[in-house]
Amino acid sequence: MIQIRNITKTYPNGTKGLNGITLSIARGEFIAVVGLSGAGKSTLLRSINRLHDITEGEILIDGSSITRASGRELRSIRRDIGMIFQSFNLVKRATVLRNVLAGRVGYHSTLRTILGRFPERDLDIAFRALDRVNIVEKAYARADELSGGQQQRVAIARVLAQEAKIILADEPVASLDPLTTKQVMDDLKGINQELGITTIVNLHFIDLARQYATRIIGLRAGEVVFDGPVSEATDERFAEIYGRPISQDEWLGVPAI
Amino acid sequence: MMTTKKQWHTIVQKPRKSRYRWLIYAALAALYVWAFAGIPFTGLKETAGQVTQAIFAGIFSPDWGYVYLPEGEDLLRGLLDTLAIAALGTFISTLVSIPFAFWSAANMSRARTVSASGRMVLSFIRSFPEIVMAILFIKAVGPGSFAGVLALGLHSVGMLGKLFAEEVESMDRGPQEALVASGANYWQMLWFAVIPQVLPGFLSYTLYRFEINVRSATILGIIGAGGIGTPLIFAQSSRDWDRVGIILLGIIVMVTLIDLISGAIRRKIT
Amino acid sequence: MSKTAIAQLKRPKPPSKLKHYLTAGFIVLILWGSAVNTDSTLGELIDGLPNMMDLLRDMFPPKWSYLDNIAGAMLETIRMALVGTTIGALLAVPVALLCAGNIAASRWLYHPARLLLNLIRTLPDLLLAAIFVSIFGLGPLPGIFALVIFSMGLIAKLTYESLETIDPGPLEALTSVGANRAQWIVYGVIPQIQAHFMSYVLYTFEINVRAAAILGLVGAGGIGHYYEVTLGFLEYDKTCTIIIFTLAIVLMIDYASTKLREKLL
Repeated sequence: MIQIRNITKTYPNGTKGLNGITLSIARGEFIAVVGLSGAGKSTLLRSINRLHDITEGEILIDGSSITRASGRELRSIRRDIGMIFQSFNLVKRATVLRNVLAGRVGYHSTLRTILGRFPERDLDIAFRALDRVNIVEKAYARADELSGGQQQRVAIARVLAQEAKIILADEPVASLDPLTTKQVMDDLKGINQELGITTIVNLHFIDLARQYATRIIGLRAGEVVFDGPVSEATDERFAEIYGRPISQDEWLGVPAI
Repeated sequence: MMTTKKQWHTIVQKPRKSRYRWLIYAALAALYVWAFAGIPFTGLKETAGQVTQAIFAGIFSPDWGYVYLPEGEDLLRGLLDTLAIAALGTFISTLVSIPFAFWSAANMSRARTVSASGRMVLSFIRSFPEIVMAILFIKAVGPGSFAGVLALGLHSVGMLGKLFAEEVESMDRGPQEALVASGANYWQMLWFAVIPQVLPGFLSYTLYRFEINVRSATILGIIGAGGIGTPLIFAQSSRDWDRVGIILLGIIVMVTLIDLISGAIRRKIT
Repeated sequence: MSKTAIAQLKRPKPPSKLKHYLTAGFIVLILWGSAVNTDSTLGELIDGLPNMMDLLRDMFPPKWSYLDNIAGAMLETIRMALVGTTIGALLAVPVALLCAGNIAASRWLYHPARLLLNLIRTLPDLLLAAIFVSIFGLGPLPGIFALVIFSMGLIAKLTYESLETIDPGPLEALTSVGANRAQWIVYGVIPQIQAHFMSYVLYTFEINVRAAAILGLVGAGGIGHYYEVTLGFLEYDKTCTIIIFTLAIVLMIDYASTKLREKLL
């Protein structure tokens, strides 16, 4: 599904954000990327849909290179990759429905989307996506009237409406409280299992990574230092990823329900 | 025993004031002497008191007959003309300001020179007084309200473009990122992520500029570019001080009302 | 399948868009009415463009030798702005104190004061100048009066608005040590506001230089008088010299004033 071939990202000032990463990700996997902040988790995720350009190497999505794509081709690859952000990235003044429909713009012409002439099928997709995350009754509310957890669910609905084959989630729960964290992670896991969407999540909390992921990738200073199933990700291996003993902040501390 | 100021100063040193302070004061004093000395404070007309009285009489006991005249050229029509010039001028400047805003907003282009050049053009337009622009437009389209509309429309771009650009710069980048990530093209990104965020700010600034333009439009008539300024100048040159008074009263009432309404709408949309 | 049915069923009703349509219709109506009222048509603008081009051609190259004739008037312009701003700023101090709700003790004081201030601020500087010319006669003096009134209004408004946001702590402290009204203002209010006040004065000075440059159009002194002189004789190259000269001076003063303001705050 995703082939990452020896990619390196060098910033203009010479520091390396990513250094020689090679990964192969299969369809339907639920991957947690862990590491200290600044280890390159966010850069890796944003390289996959090319919100950030890489300096060397290549990334293939379903066999086609996103690294070499441009224009229309790049946009159509991006359409297959949904992204969820730490700060939700909704348009706060627009309605929930409009935010979800924004996920459909890649399917239609500029003129049609700007005039707001989304086909009935798109509306149905949008409402079903909202229903999937249990928030359909808020469809015509303004996004900024919603709580943080609800806003993140709108963002998930936007990705669902996009009908993406891959979901990238960059610290999706870092701005949420423990209870809504669980709801959002459950939503992501459910989508992953029922729709078979490949999901890659950057996570800060060790217990969440272990509880939800099928595979854990550890990054340190832009390099992969761990890659294996959850069963192998012991406390000792986490300490290696972080380069220091695990501290209290890396536990969310909510028992699995 | 009392400790004197001098003794305290051996314990804590009094901060030394800059030696150039006196130089600055002297320069300021010289500047003011130069400024005031050059003004001729003589030659006031003896009739000043009389004229003032007549104008105030016009304000406080207005000639209501002038407010509405069936055959036209009355106060209401003059004020309406002024409002029309301001409204249309503001509308034109809003249209022109939007591309300028995206040109000169630092976060909409990669190269610093692009936004810097946009800001320079805006500051140039801003420094060009509307009344001078009106004089030039009169040469192009002839005297009348249309020249006033064009002058306000162009001059306002200087300020509106700057305010709009600041609004664009202060928006949240997140939605843009989300739209690009979902495969939107540039125009879709603009329409779905940028416009909804900046629209309320744009509207509010447009109304604010409208308030300013109503004031500006009252003086355009002085050089023949339409509005209430035209009858005001006529009344002034024919020494019809009562009429000057009621026109002033009309302007004060109109501007106050527009400020109130526009202010209320602005509070509602932001 | 059942999922679809549920979603269809649960779809909330979209809110009515009638209000949006009405607002849009209202705005279109106003603009259309304005266009009719002012005889504004695109055709007329396009017809006028060649005239405009001719005008621009006549303006260039500017006649630089004309600078000798207008340098004195430019100095007078700056003088007027300086004097007008200074007197206006002095007058603005008591007015601002009267208008600020946290300083003027009674609402019977600050509401009327604000009303009066707002009424004064409805008249633009050029209009004030025209009125003062009819009262006092031609010359820089009516222009200065207009600038005084205008500056007073602007500075007083900006100042009273920031007066209302000052820290009430020091004021309370002064009340508690038994300061009288004047002491209270000198030790509690002024130190908190003076930097802002100076910045507003400089800002107003920038505006007044621009304003003073056009007051001559109504006979109120300064370089504006020469617009009429040159335009009357169709000497557009001289007009262009006036415009460029004014622009250069305005930008220089703006630059210096902005630097000073940055230092103050």
